[in-house]
Parts: sequence; structure tokens; C-alpha cells
Amino acid sequence: MSEGFFDILWPTLFSTVQDIAPIVGVLAVFQVLVLRRRLPHARRMVVGFAFVLLGLALFLIGLEQALFPIGETMARQLTAPDMLGTLGIDGEVDWRNYWLVYVFAAAIGFATTVAEPALIAVSVKAEEVSGGAIKAWGLRFAVAVGVAVGVSLGCFRIVTGTPLPWYIIAAYLVVIVQTFQSSKTIVPLAYDSGGVTTSTVTVPVVAALGLGLAASIPGRSPLIDGFGLIAFASVFPIITVLGYTMATNYTYRWKDRKARGGSES
Amino acid sequence: MPPTIMALAGQTKRPLVRRLVRPVGGALHRILLSVRDLAPIILVISFFQIVVLQQPFPNFWGVMVGLICVVAGLSLFMQGLEYGLFPLGETLAQGFANKRSLTALLAFAFCLGFGATVAEPALIAIAQEAAEVASRGAAIADTPEARASYAFNLRLVVALSVGAAVLLGVLRILKGWPIHRLIIGGYLVVTLMTLFAPAEIVGIAYDSGGVTTSTMTVPLVTALGVGLATTIRGRNPLIDGFGIIALASLTPMCFVMAYGIIVS
Repeated sequence: MSEGFFDILWPTLFSTVQDIAPIVGVLAVFQVLVLRRRLPHARRMVVGFAFVLLGLALFLIGLEQALFPIGETMARQLTAPDMLGTLGIDGEVDWRNYWLVYVFAAAIGFATTVAEPALIAVSVKAEEVSGGAIKAWGLRFAVAVGVAVGVSLGCFRIVTGTPLPWYIIAAYLVVIVQTFQSSKTIVPLAYDSGGVTTSTVTVPVVAALGLGLAASIPGRSPLIDGFGLIAFASVFPIITVLGYTMATNYTYRWKDRKARGGSES
Repeated sequence: MPPTIMALAGQTKRPLVRRLVRPVGGALHRILLSVRDLAPIILVISFFQIVVLQQPFPNFWGVMVGLICVVAGLSLFMQGLEYGLFPLGETLAQGFANKRSLTALLAFAFCLGFGATVAEPALIAIAQEAAEVASRGAAIADTPEARASYAFNLRLVVALSVGAAVLLGVLRILKGWPIHRLIIGGYLVVTLMTLFAPAEIVGIAYDSGGVTTSTMTVPLVTALGVGLATTIRGRNPLIDGFGIIALASLTPMCFVMAYGIIVS
């Protein structure tokens, strides 16, 4: 940091006031004017507000100092010519040379998701709701695999420069077909599992990875190719979760039929 | 968690220092949680750095300081939310779920989605990156002001879209529309709009869908959804309560692409 820490902190703090003000305003105005109730524990709100303010400012500083550089540096180092071997001689991008990028993307996707607290909570709830037919660890594994495949495929897309909508719309089609094949209780849960995977720490790292890749691979533009990894990471878990529940459904039925067939004969 | 809220409500008369002990102690616990959030990323990156890449990491100590800022920042942020804002958000959500006035409920739903999204840290991050990329790609002027206004507009559009999604989600719970029809309809709209949207906005639009459903929005919006579904007869909190989040990750795509079409 060339500037002093507080030279960065003060302006950031000032700008975060504008970020937090709307939600605090909404809550206060509706409580006082519409519900016509006094603000409960106004002091707690003030303390909470101060915490949120300072926390967001620190997070934004860390974002610039750590999370963005980490993603960018990984993208640059993984695509450096001496990591790729033959690339750079004929100037043509061969997607097979970038296998290390796909492995890294899958590892990041899997590791960040499988330990995500929100996901652990959701999967335990799902096991309860399904009466044990869906296993909590199975669901977690399905979501993590979905994110891993998603981010990895997203990197493949950036490397090849193929249009993003093809992949996402194809994934939507798969989701739609699966939706009609799945039970109604599991569908909202599967849709939500796409949302819970992209945590506040993961998003900046993954986004910077994509932009870094698009910047360092010859012929790709960050503006057109750089985004999309987060979209991949939110759609693919829906597919794997629906796929997992469909699979458990089939094995259940199969076991059921086998057990019944056994008792009849 | 109502028991803790009730316990905390009882201690408003204590002196300032003792009143601060609880949130600060909670923040320490939070730090452990944030470290756990960050740990998988650090592990994977260290593995690749040490075993595969074997290169010096540029500005290593700067990044370390930054990581400490991230951990401290997220801990304070989450602790502040749970201590000061979420309890009020939850009582408000329940209050409106019980209130008869439909207009007030819908207005609250929209404002809640809007306000929560403006403060969403992940969205701030993505908007900054988008502005950076747009200015480097000469889509906007290369000045701090142009970047700031681009990032701000993007967040505004996304916040409006989440407000609309929460409003729609609340209507859905009231009317009992099946969620998958709305979602599939939304997919169709996204597909159609992709055909007309300029190529450089599509990626950001798709990504903003995944970003909105995060730290800030999910707890507040889920509280409203589950509160509504519990008060209305014949609604299952599990099925009807959660669908709002799914909607809130669809509408940003449509709104951001519409913004891109209008601006270009």
C-alpha cells in the first residue's frame, strides 16, 4: 500500500454510508410511518449500523488489495507461456493446453462450495424434508460437483471464446426437462441451491479469475469473454441437484420393486 | 433466532461498555466463521502456488494485509447485520405479513429487495470489476467519475430488479402461482432478450443474477417469504417461502440486459 491505511479507509467509509443508508432507511421508515410503531432497540440499530459500515469498508479495501489480485494473478500465472508448453509458437489457441486452468477452476469451485455454511444448513433441512431419501452429504457433494463443473466449463468457454448464451441456455433447457421429471418438493430447493453457492468471498475471486483469463489469452476480450463464470456456477448446481434427486428416486423405486418381487416369488 | 433476540432485548438498560461486550464477543466468533469461509480458497491457491506453479506471488504481504481486511470486514459486517438490522427486518416482515393492506405489503417488499441489494458486498465487487473492464475496453470514458457512475447505474438497475423480484415473489405466495412456471417463463424471457442485447452486456447481466442472492438479501427476503407463507393458510413455508430467492436471481439478468439495450 503506497498510501497510508487511513487515507484509503476514510473515503471508503464515506462511500459505504451511501451503500448502507437505503436499507436502514427502508426499515426505519416502514416501521415508524407505515406500521406506526416505535423503533425497537434504537441503540442496537446504531451499534449494528456502525459495525456494518466499518465492516463493509474494510471488506472493500480487502477486495482491492487481496481478492481481485488473487484471482488475476492465478489467471496470469496459469496461462503463462512456460506453463503451457507449446503455445505462442503458431499463435493459435489450443484449448487442450489450458488443462491446468480447468483443474484449478474445478478445485476452487468444489472446495469453496463443499464447506459453505449456507449449503450445509440447506442440505440438512433437505434430508429432514425428504424423510432421509436424500442424504445431506449427497446433496452437498452434488452441489459442489455442479459448481466445479460449472466454473471449469466456464473457463473452457473463455479459452475457446464461444458465446456464453449457448451454454447457459442449453443448461436452462436441461433444467426445464429435469423440472418436469422431479418431485414438486425438491424443485424450489434445487433452484435455491444455485443461489447459495456464490458466497461473498468466492464471487470476487472467481470473477477476477475469469477477467484475468480473458485478458491473458490471446484473442479474447475481457469485455465480451471475461464475465459469465458466476452464471455457470449458479446454473450447474441446479442440474446436478435435480440429477442427484432423480437418481435416488430411481434407485429407491428399483429397490422397492426388487423387494416386492422378492416377497411375491 | 428469537430466543437470543429476546435475551438481548432485556439488556438495553445496561451501561455502554457491557452492552458492547456482546456484539464484540460475537464478532470474535464471526472472525472464525469468516476464516472458515476463506480457508478453502487459500488452501487451493497455496497448493497450486507451492506444488504446481512454484513462482513468487507478487505483492505477497500486500495481499496478506488485504486478506486480514476481508476477514475483519466480513466479520464486522455480518455481526452488525445480525445484531442491528436483521431482528428489525424480521419483526417488520412479520408485521407486514399480518397486515391487511396489500399496497403497503407490496411497497415494503419492493423497498426491502431494493435496499438490501444496494448494500450487497458481492454486487459492489462485480460492479467495480465491470466498470474497470468497460473503461479499459473503451466502452465508457477512462475517468474515475465515469467508472463510478457506470458501477452505480449497474447496481441501481440490479437493485430495482431485485425489488421487482421480491414484489413478484410476494404476489406469487399470495396467489399461489406455481414457482416453476414463473422460473421457466423467466428463462424464456432471458433467452429472448439475449438475442437483442449487445454482446458486452450479456456476461455482466448473467453474472449479476448469481451475485444478488448473497449475505444481505437472502436473510431479509427469506424472512419475508417464510413469514408470509406461515401466516397465509394453505401455504407451505418450505415450498412457498424460499422461491423468492430463485426469482431474485432471474430478474437481474432481464433488467441488466434491458438496460444494455436502452443505453446502446
